[in-house]
Formats: sequence, C-alpha cells, structure tokens
Amino acid sequence: MNDLTPTPEDRTAKLKGLGTSRKRVEDARFTQGKGNYVDDIKMPGMLHGDFVRSPYAHARVKSVNADAAKALPGVIAVLTAADLAPLNLHWMPTLAGDKQMVLADGKVLFQGQEVAFVVASDRYVCADAIELVEVEYEELPVVTDPFKALEPGAPVLREDLAGQTSGAHGARRHHNHIFLWETGDEAATNQAIAAAEVVAEEMVYYHRVHPCPLETCGCVASMDKVNGKLTVFGTFQAPHVVRTVASLLSGIEEHNIRVVSPDIGGGFGNKVGVYPGYVCSIVASIVTGKPVKWIEDRMDNLMATAFARDYWMKGRISATKDGRITGLHCHVTADHGAFDACADPTKFPAGFFHICTGSYDIPVAYVGVDGVYTNKAPGGVAYRCSFRVTEAAYFIERMIEVLAIELGMDAAELRSKNFIRKDQFPYNSALGWEYDSGDYHTAWDKALAAVDYAGLRREQAERVAAFKRGETRKLLGIGLTHFTEIVGAGPVKNCDILGMGMFDSCEIRIHPTGSAIARLGTISQGQGHATTFAQILATEIGLPADSITIEEGDTDTAPYGLGTYGSRSTPVAGAATAMAGRKIRAKAQMIAAWLLEVHDGDVEWDIDRFVVKGAPERFKTMKDIAYAAYHNAIPGIEPGLEAVSYYDPPNMTYPFGAYVCVMEIDVDTGTHEVRQFYALDDCGTRINPMIIEGQVHGGLTEALAIAMGQEIAYDEIGNCKNSTLMDFFLPTAVETPHYTTDHTETPSPHHPIGAKGVGESPNVGGVPAFSNAVHDAFRAFGLRQAHMPHDHWRIWKIANQLGLHG
Amino acid sequence: MIAAAFEYHRPADLKGALGVLAEYGDDARVLAGGHSLIPMMKLRMASIDHLVDLQDIAELKGISVAGGRVTIGAMTTQHEMITNADLSRAAPIIAEAAVQIADPQVRYMGTVGGNVANGDPGNDMPGLMQCLDATFTLAGPDGTREVAARDFYHSAYVTARDDGEILTQISFATPNGGYAYEKQKRKIGDYATAACAVQVTKTGGKVTAAAIAMTNLADTPVFSDAAGAALVGTAGDAAAVKAAVTAALAAINPTGDNRGPAEFKRHIAGIIIGRAITRALSRA
Ligand SMILES: Cc1cc2nc3c(=O)[nH]c(=O)nc-3n(C[C@H](O)[C@H](O)[C@H](O)COP(=O)(O)OP(=O)(O)OC[C@H]3O[C@@H](n4cnc5c(N)ncnc54)[C@H](O)[C@@H]3O)c2cc1C
Repeated sequence: MNDLTPTPEDRTAKLKGLGTSRKRVEDARFTQGKGNYVDDIKMPGMLHGDFVRSPYAHARVKSVNADAAKALPGVIAVLTAADLAPLNLHWMPTLAGDKQMVLADGKVLFQGQEVAFVVASDRYVCADAIELVEVEYEELPVVTDPFKALEPGAPVLREDLAGQTSGAHGARRHHNHIFLWETGDEAATNQAIAAAEVVAEEMVYYHRVHPCPLETCGCVASMDKVNGKLTVFGTFQAPHVVRTVASLLSGIEEHNIRVVSPDIGGGFGNKVGVYPGYVCSIVASIVTGKPVKWIEDRMDNLMATAFARDYWMKGRISATKDGRITGLHCHVTADHGAFDACADPTKFPAGFFHICTGSYDIPVAYVGVDGVYTNKAPGGVAYRCSFRVTEAAYFIERMIEVLAIELGMDAAELRSKNFIRKDQFPYNSALGWEYDSGDYHTAWDKALAAVDYAGLRREQAERVAAFKRGETRKLLGIGLTHFTEIVGAGPVKNCDILGMGMFDSCEIRIHPTGSAIARLGTISQGQGHATTFAQILATEIGLPADSITIEEGDTDTAPYGLGTYGSRSTPVAGAATAMAGRKIRAKAQMIAAWLLEVHDGDVEWDIDRFVVKGAPERFKTMKDIAYAAYHNAIPGIEPGLEAVSYYDPPNMTYPFGAYVCVMEIDVDTGTHEVRQFYALDDCGTRINPMIIEGQVHGGLTEALAIAMGQEIAYDEIGNCKNSTLMDFFLPTAVETPHYTTDHTETPSPHHPIGAKGVGESPNVGGVPAFSNAVHDAFRAFGLRQAHMPHDHWRIWKIANQLGLHG
Repeated sequence: MIAAAFEYHRPADLKGALGVLAEYGDDARVLAGGHSLIPMMKLRMASIDHLVDLQDIAELKGISVAGGRVTIGAMTTQHEMITNADLSRAAPIIAEAAVQIADPQVRYMGTVGGNVANGDPGNDMPGLMQCLDATFTLAGPDGTREVAARDFYHSAYVTARDDGEILTQISFATPNGGYAYEKQKRKIGDYATAACAVQVTKTGGKVTAAAIAMTNLADTPVFSDAAGAALVGTAGDAAAVKAAVTAALAAINPTGDNRGPAEFKRHIAGIIIGRAITRALSRA
C-alpha cells in the first residue's frame, strides 16, 4: 500500500462495503407500503382458488359432492383427488422422501387438510362456494400423541403405506413409524454413563410451534397455452428447487417454467416446502388457461402449512464429581404429523440435530431419532434455525442446567469447565462434525462480566431469602446459554435436497460506466440481501455499494441456487459473491496493467483502483477499467467484465454466542418481566453491524414468543387450539423487552470473507436463555424441568406444584 | 375469513335504524365499531342478512358530565372515552379500564355501546358498568326503557335487550372515592384471564361503600354484593380485603380455555380482585 491512500473522504468511506452499517436499501419501499408481494400481483383474467378443508383430524371421506358449488355463479371448477388422479397429481412427493396428499384421497389425516380446490372468479365467490361443497366424513380414532401412536393397537394412519417395512430413511418398525435415525457410538456412550460418578436424566420437550410469517403462503400460476410457458409467482424460499420439482412432476421442460419469488414477507422456514396450494393452482391454470391465485388466510397458515419442532428429547448426561462431562445420550421421539414433510438435507432426516453436543467437549455421545406419524399437520421445518439446530441447542442447554443441579454446581462454571478450548479448533465432535472455529471462553467471560454475573447471583440469593421470609412474591431467574450453531448447508458431498446439491451461486455483470448488477440463487425474505451482498461486492470489486444492484428470485435470470433458509445465504451465496468478485478483479487487474503499460504483477489493489507499485500517481480506478473492458478491450482478449461463481462450501460454519436473560417472575400470577437481556453473538466477519443487530432483535423476539407463549396445540380429538392470533402468541412492542447486543469476532477460516451467518442465532440461543431463566428462578425450590411454553398458566403451575402458593 | 354477503343499511337517525330492525326482525343486526361482530361474520359464525350501521346517528354520540351524572352515548368509541378530560375527571376508572382493552386500532373503532350490548363475558365494559351501577337506555319500537347494568346480563350473548331494541346511552352517578380496574391478560389484544373493577369510599378511616364486579370469570359479568359488604364498615385492612376476596370468589364460575384451566383462573381471580381492592383503597 502507498501512503497517499486512502482519501478523499476515506475513499467515500471505503465505498460502504464490509463492516459498515449501511442503511437497508429495501426499506424505502417497505416502509412506504410499496413492496410487491405475491398478493399484489394481478394478471388479466386471473381466477382465484381456495380450499375446502377437513374439520376432522382423522376421517374417511365417503363422498364429495360439488354440484351446488359448481352451480354458484362465478365458480369455474371444483377439483378433487379424483380429478387429479389421472394426472397422477393427487399425491406429491415431500422434500423428506415421503409423499403427501394434494387433495384428500379417501381419507383425511389432520384438521385443516385440503379436501377440494374451488376455482372461481374472485375470492368472495370462492368463500361462498366452499360452504356449498358437501363432504361426507366418517370419523376415525385420532392419535395426537406420538408415544401412543407407536403403541401396538394404535390406529393405522397411513393406509397407503400398508406393508411397507422400510421408507426413505430405513426400516419402519410400526405402522405409524417413519424412521429411526442414529449416529454416534451407543455402546461406548452407555458404558461411559454407566461408569460415571454423576448422571442426570431428563425428558426435554420442545413443543410444536409455527413460523407464522406476517405474509402467509401463496402463489399465482399462469400457464400460457400459446407459447407453452408456465410462470409461477410464489412465496418461495427456494425458487430454483420449486422450478425443478415442478418440471419433474408436470413433465413441462424446465426452460418452459419460470418461477419468481417477489418480495417475501418473512419465511422462517414456512416457505421452504411445497404445498398442495401450489400444485392445485398450477393444475387449475393448466386446465382453465387462466392465471390462478391462491393465498392462505391466517388460519390456513397456522393450521395447515409447515409447523416446527415437536421434539420429545430424552437425555442422559454424565460427568465426574467435579463436573467434567463424560458422555451424552439422547433419544428423540419426533412428531412429524400426518406426512413426513420436513425440509432437511436428504441424508439427514433429523436435520443437524446431532450438533447437540453444543459448545462442549464431550468425549462420547449417541443420538437416535424416531420419526412418528400422528393426526397433526405435516411440517417440521427449520423455524429461524438451521435444520433442528434450535432443538439441539435447547436440549443441551437444558441438560447442562439439569446436570448443574445434579452436581450442585453453578451452571456458568459448569459450562466454562467443559467448553471446547480455542486451541482445540478445528474440533471434531463425538457426533461427527468438524467445528471450524470458535473462542468460547472469551465470549463467555465477556458476557458474564457485562452482566455482573456474580452480583446477579448475590441478588438472587437475597431475593430467595426475602421470599422465604414472606417479604416478596417475586423471584429472579438468571437464564444462561452458550450456543453453537451449524449453518451454511452445505458441502455437496453430504448435503442435498432430493439429490440437488446445496451449493449456491452469484453472477456479476459490470456495466461500462462503473456500476453493476449481481444475481444470486438465494432469495431475501427480509434479511436485507440487496444491502449486504452489495457490501461484500463493494469491498471485493471497488465499486460503491450504491452502484450495485442485487437481484434474486427470478429463475429466468438468476443463476441456479438452493435458496434461503438455514442461515445459508451468507455462508454459501455470500461466498459465491466474493469468489465471483475476485474473478472480476483478476480480469480488472490485467486490464489495468495493460492500460498503465506495466506487467500484471506491477499493479496492486487499493480500495477502488489498481495502482502501479511505487508510483501512487499512476492508477486506474474500477470505473476506468469497467469502461475499458468494453470499449477499449485488450487486443486478443474478450471484451466485457462478467463473472459467475458456483460455490460448494468445504464445510459448514459454526456461529456461536453467549446470552444472559434476567427475568422477574410473579409467583402468584405466573407473569414475567424480562429485566435484562444480553446477547453476545460471534458470527465471524461482520458485514453490516446494523443489520446484524436487527436480525438479533428479531430473532430474540421470536425466541421470546416461543419460550413464553407460542404453541400449536391440539385437543384429544385433534382440533387445533391455536389457529388465530388471539391464541397464537406473536409479541407486540409491549411484550418485547429491551435487548443489549454485543459481539466477538472469530472469522470462519474456510469462508472467503470469514462470515458465518447470524439471522438464526438469536432464535437458537434465545429460546434456552428465556426458558433457563424461568427454570433458574425456581431452582432454589427444587425445579428440574418444566416444559415450554412458559405462559402464565404453566409458570403458575410450576409454583403451585412446588407448594409456593401456601 | 370472508363474510357471507349481506345488505348494508346506513340510517341517518335512530328512528330510521329502529325501522330497519322492525322490518327485518331476526335477520337484521346493528353494527357499531364492528370489532366483535365483523370477526364473527368473517369466521361465518354469525350470518346476518341486514347490517344496520349506526355511525351516522349523531344522537348516539357524545359524553356529558352534568348534575352529578355521567352520560355516554352508545356510539362513543373507547378511544374517545380515554381522551375525554371531563370523563377522566368524573370517573377515572373508565379510562383505566378502557386502555386495557385490545390495542389502539381496536379502541379507535370499538364503541362502549357495542361493548356492553355484545354480551360477551370477555368484554371489559359490562363488569365496569355493573361496578358503577350504570343504567342502560334501550330504544325500541314502543319507546325507550331503562335497564340496570346489574340486571342486563342473562348468559353469554343473552341480555335483557330485545332484538328490535337499540342501546342508546349509558349513564351513572358520578362516582367518588378510590377506584381500580385490574386485569390480567396473556398479551396485548387478549381478553382477560381475570379482571376486576372496584369503587370504594372511605370516611373517617372506615369504608362507607364498596362496589366490586368481575370480568370473564363466568358466562356473564359478576357483580358481588357480598364482596362489597365485606369491606363496608371495616378499615380496609388485610383481613377485610381477604374477606371481600373470599366473598367475590364465591360468586364466580370460570371455565377452562387456552388461558388455563378453571382452578388456575380461580386463583388468578383471587389475586387480581385482591390487588384491585387494595389499589382502590389506597386511592380512597
Ligand atoms: C383483537 C381484539 C381484541 C379485543 N380485546 C378486547 C378486550 O380485551 N376487552 C374488551 O372489552 N373488548 C375487546 N375487544 C372487543 C372490542 O372492544 C369491540 O369493539 C367491542 O366488544 C364491541 O364494540 P363494537 O363497537 O366494535 O361493536 P360491534 O362489533 O359493532 O357490535 C357487537 C355486538 O353488539 C351489538 N350492538 C352494537 N352496538 C349496539 C347498540 N348500540 N345497541 C344494540 N346492540 C348493539 C351488535 O349488533 C353486535 O351484536 C377486542 C376486539 C378485538 C378485535
């Protein structure tokens, strides 16, 4: 570097690239209500579709009579399974290797299941017609409990699988069993636990919840019969995957299908899967030759499209008397609902749950996961987390707390004693992962110091004493969490979805006057890709971020990629962006050297230009180079300045963090108040600190919702009890506490810019932090485990069962 | 979530509205703020052929505080009640209760008339009006009549109002003394797990009058004479509060729902009633 640089004005603040809190370019339209969401799309002649849904959780469908509905003016068609069967579209494959009814084929298996699809001139006619479709049901016995589902005499849910003793993930040992997936060394684990000085055992339930994005799912399908092209606008987190699946299912060649994800109002995993609404809209458009729109209402969304979690995690953890963990055993009973429609990489039917050794150096471990069918909605998606990582983090962070109780030890100290040390990275976990990097002790000590942990414990002890003296009815909980995530799926050698490798891509085109467009295989749902990916590029190619357009979501223009979920956009597509940028820079260097009449090796990069080494006054800016690339090309070299990169990551990335939640709990009413929440995140290189903070705030608020109230529950006959926002908890500003964010920065050694992903960390770490705070408040009174959500009633119940109501 | 088709009427005066009700009988229903009725229609749990929108009827609006009486027109919104300075001076308990209803959007639309006429045990204004011993004025084809709030509620959604009647106003004697409206709910926008309205007066260190009513703890609001009586004549000490709570609890009959089972609600009710009484006494 030469000493004339950088100025002026720090070369326009390093072009607002990496590390700057550049304002989100998306917000101008979002805050003015000028986004363009699927439901904003209107096409000439567009029809509307909506579903007749089952009121029963398990019933035989004896007949569907649509005559009255069809007679209603404005109704164009009513589709049933019988209409789809000749096309072989009455069932569809799921991303998990199972199949799912598109429309009820002889029976229904969950409340809200799609029975018939009404197509009409507008939504109002649809709503009236739905009421006129007469469906004759014969109720069948309902199973909503996965343990009961596995009993010998349990009702047979999936009659279509009769006689099939193995499925996509191996043997099925019962008619309601989907798979048993195992990893680790069970014999050695059992041995370690049997030989241990101290063992803690607990059932940890992570209840069923729902991602509940503000915008529900929907699409507009339009088959142009003249040119044979099918266009589908939809709420898709993975538009390219949808195109490929649509092509395979329909037989329409892939170049004749265009899938577009416009602005998306939140996804959180809910928009990864393929839903009957998409299939029915496409079929209806093919049949009618008109565009067909289908948009869920809130109840449809909560009752029928993908839920998350519902994991019963039975754990055993062993340790020496002084708190060195010696083994971890976990068996999960996973309630997948009526169809196995989880969205996990194909080889991992329990996702990456086996990250459940967490931040700890555990010598030996075992995980076994039994997937089970029940009469509940299908799903099991990664709700703001990488595949089953939130379940894993909750499990280990609860087990650590339970072990601390068993040992009579402080839970912060127990963690610290067992953290993987900095010098152990890259670290191979007992369950087969290679953690790329980490510095847990530094983060932990910083967090404890920031909240004055010792002071908090003193205050808590005084509070307990005062409570026992009858001077207060409030208890103080200190919720600790140190989580390790595994994100950025993933290396194609072991990560694919239905055989589609989980690489991602970026294509860059530099315009002659020094601006650019970059297109990616991912799709933002609020994460701010248009802002941050431009920042990555600004730093790589030396053009101002404001001069770089980022485009995603249109399969006709964007390069192929696997989409946005599991915090994979920055680790994978972000890496592709940097790599494509470097290709641009390599060609730019040749052009600069040629223009400056020196050898390629005689110029060096300096923010936005190539400078002749030792002669700082001789340089070519990227703007100069861009123009020359097109209009003054090097003789013998192709004109133009473009690059594309498909990035297959060598490993996952492993963000981590240390969270502390301090909570006041009213023992009499079960109400709580979060007095303090400290969140330290280490997501490696920080691209845009402001966006990181926003992601942390949002994720923590979803974590608060999950831990403190949100649930999808069913009564004994399978009625969904939380199908509106009156009963499904979405926090408002009133319920949301203040958060303090902090960070350490441990770059990923294998990622081109060292970034790891952050959007999901706060959900992964937040849930155990809130839940541990509740548990911790009652630790002095003997509480070991109480299941979420910790709503008023359940907190009250803890106090009641501990005899605290006198 | 789309309502079935209906005819929309928008009369300019009370007479016109009563006329539409008389003409269509059971098939007609008045629409105030719509924030209880419209959701039921969208869920298709209520199907109404003729909606009679009251919003143009000026005589149903307004708040007056005069001659020791407070009168509130049925079409007065919850937001207007919260922001009316005269009302807040005369009966501060109204604003204290109203801000605990739903969220600002709902309160801009929801009316006091709709809230008390609805007959939903979850509504907060009915219990409050029983505490204040309010009188509801009902206009029908044969003129007007008055019904005490304490006599108005028969069971969930069943009230003393005839189908052909419109509730025109609510009035009550300006309260004095201490007051409190205490409510536990799961979140903003939720109905009460338990709520309680209290007005008390004290002279010379002794409670001279007390009115206690509760919300969402039975299929109607619950006014407990016995609870008030347990306070009168005492100094409002802990034992008296406890006796009042015990008396109040004897009058409730909560049922389990997503907020929790009956036994939980009963316990929460005890805490909330106790807190309401204590706070009201502290202001008396
Ligand atoms: C999300 C949400 C949360 C809510 N939370 C609460 C809460 O916590 N506490 C609470 O008290 N309320 C709550 N509400 C209800 C809200 O306060 C309603 O606005 C109120 O209950 C009804 O008033 P309205 O003016 O909207 O009446 P409408 O919905 O228009 O009418 C309700 C019923 O009363 C009848 N009616 C209305 N006016 C008259 C009249 N003048 N004469 C005769 N009959 C009449 C109507 O025919 C209808 O049957 C909530 C509502 C929502 C949407």
